[in-house]
Amino acid sequence: MSEGHSGLVAHQFETAEQQKETVNLGMWAFLITEVMMFGALFSAYGFYRAQYPAAFAAGSDHLNYFMGAFNTAVLICSSLTMALGVQAAQQGKRKGIILFLLLTILLGGIFLGVKVLEYADKYEHHLMPGINFSVDSPFAAQIELFYCFYFAMTGLHALHMIVGIAILGTLVVLSYRRRFSANYYNPVEMAGLYWHFVDIVWIFLFPFLYLIGRS
Amino acid sequence: MSNTVAVASHPEPDNNYWTAGYGLKSWLLTTDHKRIAILYLIMISVFFVIGGLFAVLIRLELLTPAGDLVSSDTYNKLFTLHGLVMIFFFLIPSIPAVMGNFLIPIMIGARDLAFPRINLLSWYVFAIGGMTTFAVVLFGGVDTGWTFYTPYSSTYSKTAVGLTAIGVFITGFSSILTGLNFVVTIHKMRAPGLTWFRLPLFVWAHYATSLIMLIGTPVVAITILLVFLERVFGVGIFDPALGGDPVLFQHLFWFYSHPAVYIMILPSMGVISEVVACFSRKRIFGYGFVAFSSLAIAVLGFLIWGHHMFTSGQSILAGMVFSILTMLVAIPSAVKVFNWTATMYKGSISFETPMIYVFGFLGLFTVGGLTGLFLGALGLDVHVHDTYFVVAHFHYIMVGGAIMGYLAALHFWWPKITGKLYSEAWAKLSAIIIFIGFNLTFFPQFLVGYLGMPRRYHVYPDEFQIFHILSTAGASILAIGYAFPAFYLIWSLFRGEAAPANPWNAKGLEWTVPSPPPKHNFDTIPVVKEEAYDYSRLEEEVV
Ligand code: HEM
Ligand SMILES: [Cu+2]
Repeated sequence: MSEGHSGLVAHQFETAEQQKETVNLGMWAFLITEVMMFGALFSAYGFYRAQYPAAFAAGSDHLNYFMGAFNTAVLICSSLTMALGVQAAQQGKRKGIILFLLLTILLGGIFLGVKVLEYADKYEHHLMPGINFSVDSPFAAQIELFYCFYFAMTGLHALHMIVGIAILGTLVVLSYRRRFSANYYNPVEMAGLYWHFVDIVWIFLFPFLYLIGRS
Repeated sequence: MSNTVAVASHPEPDNNYWTAGYGLKSWLLTTDHKRIAILYLIMISVFFVIGGLFAVLIRLELLTPAGDLVSSDTYNKLFTLHGLVMIFFFLIPSIPAVMGNFLIPIMIGARDLAFPRINLLSWYVFAIGGMTTFAVVLFGGVDTGWTFYTPYSSTYSKTAVGLTAIGVFITGFSSILTGLNFVVTIHKMRAPGLTWFRLPLFVWAHYATSLIMLIGTPVVAITILLVFLERVFGVGIFDPALGGDPVLFQHLFWFYSHPAVYIMILPSMGVISEVVACFSRKRIFGYGFVAFSSLAIAVLGFLIWGHHMFTSGQSILAGMVFSILTMLVAIPSAVKVFNWTATMYKGSISFETPMIYVFGFLGLFTVGGLTGLFLGALGLDVHVHDTYFVVAHFHYIMVGGAIMGYLAALHFWWPKITGKLYSEAWAKLSAIIIFIGFNLTFFPQFLVGYLGMPRRYHVYPDEFQIFHILSTAGASILAIGYAFPAFYLIWSLFRGEAAPANPWNAKGLEWTVPSPPPKHNFDTIPVVKEEAYDYSRLEEEVV
């Protein structure tokens, strides 16, 4: 065991510094795999969009861009509260961490709530591929393709939000139990990275799905 | 290096990782990279046997031109499961998850990988993925081929494609987690003084492999997930009848699966570097070239996937570009082969078992690589695509190359891993049997493929029979060759002589700790003061 403080340095590390750098790099490496995963979906989507521009534009028209824009604003705010949470952690302000993380969770919850409304709306309008899809259009099949991607991409994104909320919830509990200090707050910082990444994905999803080619 | 000193400072041999805890729980909940490597070893050995049984059935069926042993449906399932198991559940994890897991931390002077719990998690993910895929057998199997080509897989196949997709999807994450762990470990956990250019080439090879795992695997994961969605919801993501594009599937699939062939071969190349240097008693010729050729292979590997699709309807221009880029990837592969050969030149070579496997590797990999160039030539590939020529090509590389490397590694580090010596005589005998059996199995396939025998058929014209008889005969010899190590290695566990810390008189930090290594590898983290493979200095010390 090493000279690390408060027993928080795992046995494989020599110093707290090394542990921190290692965890940081691990998080970035993980985000690279995430980029590749979403990247594959984005490029498949882009490929079909180029193939069937009219059908995909028609698909976009059926999306509620107001809800999409509202959600974009919500997520940007949540990124702000997340950043404030990390700052509170750096300064060792326990109440600040708890407050800002709870706010972030709340905003994430609002985002998911709106998403549920949108999905329900799509269900009512028979826009769920494979479940009840039917539109009256000469290229209905391609519009269905658009909705396949809409659900796959926003669904995968929502899954990431749910995981993020679970992580933040855990951090709130740990923080409540005084696990973090100005010397040790790396988990909060890492969760922040993850949260910002998920936000950025949405920043791309919103224009690609809702705005491009809209009439 | 603190070679002799370090050995002396580990007096209590009883306190090794085998004896650090007893009982099933101490293994299933371990976070020790060495124990996790053993867990992987056991699991992939089981998968290897299962995959081999499928192969036995395939070879028996092909003994006669008529489809008499199994029906064509069953035959489709046999080659599918054989390919799936061997690629995703044996070859991809083989050297990285067993040897890399065991050796990388010790080779770089660390107490464990960067994330030991994630390491254990990756094993569980692997086990769950494996079990899921095997459950498929209970649901009647799967018949799409390991390549899952759409729209057959997504729409028309009546077999359990969905469950298989889930199994492979899950397994992908174990590969991602392992790759992530290795990349971070190699960056951040090196002992003081161990600069990048003092790293053993085994570590470089694993670094390149891990990058491919990190960058490629998520793409195939999402692609397979799309196939799954398409199947379950009956939508048309890759089905041309519904507006989808099956060629897009092939692009996404090969974007991962071509680099994945380097996931299978690069670690073997790392092993070859270690073994060649040790048994030639020389420093690796052109260390920097060998190290960077691994990275070059990883990078170029991502640019050439289209050589699997020359006949799929991609544009001629794309075909030409992919063809030229494919030629380029042969350069770093050839650099390695030349440098290993140059390393042996004027070395004092000795022929212990691992070295025999290295010679096997060099010959067979060269044949596999050169025929890869034939296939990469656009015009020629149109003729031999989807024939037994391709089957022979990739078996020369994956079985002749990658598995030879795996066996070299297993024999080279077995004394370190288990603390026991195996019987050299038996080991040499099996290495030779494997080499002969392998060539007899797969060389005729080049010929029959060139003559026009398509792959994945179980009925064929009479004039091809002689080649298939030779091949099946070779496969029987090969099977015997593979069975031997199972016996003498396990035997050595109980009856083998105790291995010293450095039985081969090899260089490298792993040989400075006792065999088997203590639980946390090093009492004090070593300080590295010399290049890798400084055999000249070792010779002087011994003399
Ligand atoms: C030396 C560089 C290599 C070149 C130039 C090369 C070239 C090719 C080409 C052009 C094909 C497509 C043939 C066709 O389907 O018509 C092919 C197939 C294949 N290669 Fe290689 N290859 C190389 C190395 C490897 C390595 C290192 C491995 C594995 C460890 C490998 C495994 C495979 C497999 C599995 C296939 C068949 C995939 C399938 O359709 O099921 N190749 N190779
Ligand atoms: Cu390839």
